[in-house]
Amino acid sequence: MELGPRILFTIGGINVTETVIFSLIISLLILLFAYLATRKMETIPHGFQAYGELIVGTIYNLVADTMGKENLKFAPYIGTLFLFLGFGSCLGLLDLRPITADLNTTVPLALVSFIMIHYNAVRAQTGKGYIKHLASPYAFMLPLNIMSDVMFPITLAFRIFGNILAGVIVMTLLYGALESISASVGSSVPFFMIGLPLPLNFFFDMFEPALQAYIFVMLTMVFTSNGMHVEEDH
Amino acid sequence: MTGITPQAFIMGMSALAAGLAMVAMAGVGIGIGFNAGKTVESTARQPEAQGTLLKVMLVGVALTETAGIFALIISIILLFANPYAQ
Repeated sequence: MELGPRILFTIGGINVTETVIFSLIISLLILLFAYLATRKMETIPHGFQAYGELIVGTIYNLVADTMGKENLKFAPYIGTLFLFLGFGSCLGLLDLRPITADLNTTVPLALVSFIMIHYNAVRAQTGKGYIKHLASPYAFMLPLNIMSDVMFPITLAFRIFGNILAGVIVMTLLYGALESISASVGSSVPFFMIGLPLPLNFFFDMFEPALQAYIFVMLTMVFTSNGMHVEEDH
Repeated sequence: MTGITPQAFIMGMSALAAGLAMVAMAGVGIGIGFNAGKTVESTARQPEAQGTLLKVMLVGVALTETAGIFALIISIILLFANPYAQ
């Protein structure tokens, strides 16, 4: 069984895989939705603008509840992350390979979150305070704290990668089994695939992507606000 | 044991290791079950907080499951991308 995404073509020395094409298509679709929602804005929203206001309002309320009202400047990044990861992992509904079932998508996003957390922590705690916080109760805690900080983006990337990849493998096995059961009954049309995969499709392609995107975003927000507010606890 | 080439031995042991690695899910099951039990108990004490409790429970489930996902990654690597295979 092939585990990685298919390589579609090669430009120069770079392999263009399914993941790259689907990421581009999802980004273009989100941009198209944003353009349609802000074309002719009215005070009482209709159509696309109503959906857009619902999404933006929910995300801004989430950021204000988790990080406090003065940190709303993080809301655009959090919203982009949530929409990209949420819709990107739902591609199993269309029988396409989800873009987050590929480490090349999740590791850069986890690294961007990691850089954002530590940049804001250093800026809020001024260098010396940051190092003092790393060695906070006793001085020998310094390597342990550094190790747990380095493990954080690794677990963040592998959590969503592992969950979505497990979903892809289970759905592939399930469809293969249903096809061979249909062939053993004698028909060439796999009619056992009609209603039976629905509960698993709901779990792996709707619930799991939403939950994992929410966890990714929530962990980024909590660690950022912890890094910025820690000097008030001492 | 006659007639087992070293390569077949390595692949057989890798398959055994891939199955043994998933024993880690026992701990994950206990942890998530404990979490769910505490949520049910808290809902019985205060039924109007059920929405908040459900959200907090799901966050706890996703974080605990990460440990099991690492075991799954090792299993998948041993089965499909085995570094000892020729």
